[in-house]
Amino acid sequence: MAAGAASGGSATTDTYKEARTWLLMPAWVVLLFLSLAPVAMMLIYSFLTKEFRGGVIWEFSFAAYDQFFCDRGLFGDEGCTFEWTYMTIFWRSIWQAGAATLLSLAIGFPTAYFIATRPENVRPLWVFLITIPYWVNLLIRTVSMKFLLRDKGPLNDFLMSIGLIDSPLHIINTNFAVQLGLFYSYLPFMVLPIYAAVERYNFSLSEAAADLYASKFTTLWRILLPAVKPGVIAGCILVFVPSLGSFLAPDLLGGAKNFMIGSLIEEQFKGNAGNWPFGAAASMILLSLVLVILLIFARQQAKAEKAEG
Amino acid sequence: MTTSQAVAIDVRNAVKRYGDFTALKKISLSIKDNEFFTLLGPSGCGKTTLLRMIAGFEDVTEGEIFLYGEEIEDLPPNKRPVNTVFQNYALFPHMTILDNVAFGLEMRGASKSDARTQAGEMLELVQLSQFSTRKPSQLSGGQQQRVALARALAPQPKVLLLDEPLSALDLKLRKAMQLELKHLQRETGITFIFVTHDQEEALTMSDRIAVMSAGEMQQLGAPTDIYERPHNMFVADFIGETNLLEVSVDGIAEGRAVCHLGGGHELTCNALDGINVGSKVHMSIRPERLFMSGEPEKDGSLHGRVKENIFVGTDISTIVELDDGPDFVVRTSNSDRGNKRIFEPGTEMFVNMELGAARLLVD
Ligand SMILES: Nc1ncnc2c1ncn2[C@@H]1O[C@H](COP(=O)(O)OP(=O)(O)O)[C@@H](O)[C@H]1O
Ligand SMILES: [Mg+2]
Repeated sequence: MAAGAASGGSATTDTYKEARTWLLMPAWVVLLFLSLAPVAMMLIYSFLTKEFRGGVIWEFSFAAYDQFFCDRGLFGDEGCTFEWTYMTIFWRSIWQAGAATLLSLAIGFPTAYFIATRPENVRPLWVFLITIPYWVNLLIRTVSMKFLLRDKGPLNDFLMSIGLIDSPLHIINTNFAVQLGLFYSYLPFMVLPIYAAVERYNFSLSEAAADLYASKFTTLWRILLPAVKPGVIAGCILVFVPSLGSFLAPDLLGGAKNFMIGSLIEEQFKGNAGNWPFGAAASMILLSLVLVILLIFARQQAKAEKAEG
Repeated sequence: MTTSQAVAIDVRNAVKRYGDFTALKKISLSIKDNEFFTLLGPSGCGKTTLLRMIAGFEDVTEGEIFLYGEEIEDLPPNKRPVNTVFQNYALFPHMTILDNVAFGLEMRGASKSDARTQAGEMLELVQLSQFSTRKPSQLSGGQQQRVALARALAPQPKVLLLDEPLSALDLKLRKAMQLELKHLQRETGITFIFVTHDQEEALTMSDRIAVMSAGEMQQLGAPTDIYERPHNMFVADFIGETNLLEVSVDGIAEGRAVCHLGGGHELTCNALDGINVGSKVHMSIRPERLFMSGEPEKDGSLHGRVKENIFVGTDISTIVELDDGPDFVVRTSNSDRGNKRIFEPGTEMFVNMELGAARLLVD
């Protein structure tokens, strides 16, 4: 028995190693084929020449980036001056996504706190209730919102019937409508990570703060928030990033003048009017922008932490 | 300065109910200024609940609580000049040790620099100055415990509440901290309300002890009172080691009763009001109040034989079986071994006690 175990030792290690290699395969598949490969493809496509009925010609070209950054006059034969059109759309997108994120945080944080402070056995029910609307397709939810927010829609009808307003509020086709749409699209992504963080929070820390004469607000600001910060940051990233590239809410609720970057990209891949290299280039620029914003944010976090400690 | 007779905390008819369950049943007690007061009782008896009601974390279902004459039971915790040392310490994990201790001072209006200076002095008092820039997770349990203590003492509360603060420490550290706490209490002159389920700890540290069981106060008194004159079965059994026997009462005269132990054995006990001849009650005798001898010493000597000797360090515990009667535990100091006070198992001998060692109890 002992001898068998001893001689089998290395064999067991080998089997173990083999098993480990196979068990790690899904991780490699995800990394290579679902993360890196699509980005690499996008990068390559952004440097190709456009085919007029959609698709690409395999010929190297800077045309897509040139179109994005350079204004070459009406006939496209002048020198390069900076093209503001797309940057304006980018800026609007960032602003809209940021506002939607703040709105989600303002509503999502108290919601998450509320759920996390319910008795343990009813918390899953509350989480379930929050996620129920998200079993319905995003398109249908967004169309429903358009219907709700119309000038002659149920919301205005209701507000007028209780006498709060005399004439309908024009919500549809405004920035605010887009923000509302984005907020509603991604709310659970804000609520769930914050909920997870608050649930793990040790509430005797809040008691200790109150015991040491801190007000409710000070306790929230100086004790609870620092403790659940990772959840808040995760929530903000999970709402901000998809909001930035979103096209349903801006298309359906924002109208033509509240066009966002997602719609611009979407159009490049749709029908015959599209321009694949340009869409790919815009996607690459968006991706870089998001990464830069996150990096700056992470840097500042690290700095603030250092200054504290 | 208030005089030593002033009442720091006055709990009047305090009741705490959680739904149908009554955690505290009409508790009344007065804790004096400058006192080291201990709430002692088994786990689940309501000690934490009472402490949390004084701190303001639990609503009082019925009754009142006064702090130096001011009614406080409706004030939120941050408006009560009492501080708590939590059982799990509850140190703020993202703050340094110094900032933890400075927090309460800052909340009371001290400037950041003043708060830090005073917090530094506080850390010196508990000998943790060299750790002031560390985070709580970088300290050992005993050190965290002292930070919690420094943090609660820094704002100079009128009363300090301590909920089993030493229960997570190992025995040696616990003994050292017991002394340190006692010294801190003397030095600061702050009233301490200390919660523990450890009777030895309570006896060592307290000026007075309130023994609790199942949400009710069993006895309140100085450690010697509680140990030597337990009022009821629960207290006698919970505090220290004792021989608890059911006896039937025979003659009562001049505060003494004759008690039958069974097997024809008889004892003279301290009687109680309201005990009638012929009734069956419980009696307690501390093992160290008994001693053995080869010959009967008095008329109260009980004859039996030694069953077993158990070595417990400083003492030897002897289990004695009385002729046709109950077993007794007799405790003899180890240093008496040479004095022929200890008998080998199987030896016949007599068990003796002084008058007053045997006490009748209320059930
Ligand atoms: N929030 C609560 N809800 C219901 N019962 C509670 C609650 N807190 C404490 N209890 C009950 O009250 C009793 C006293 O608890 P506690 O004061 O913590 O006891 P101790 O500190 O003496 O161990 C226990 O039986 C406990 O189960
Ligand atoms: Mg307790």
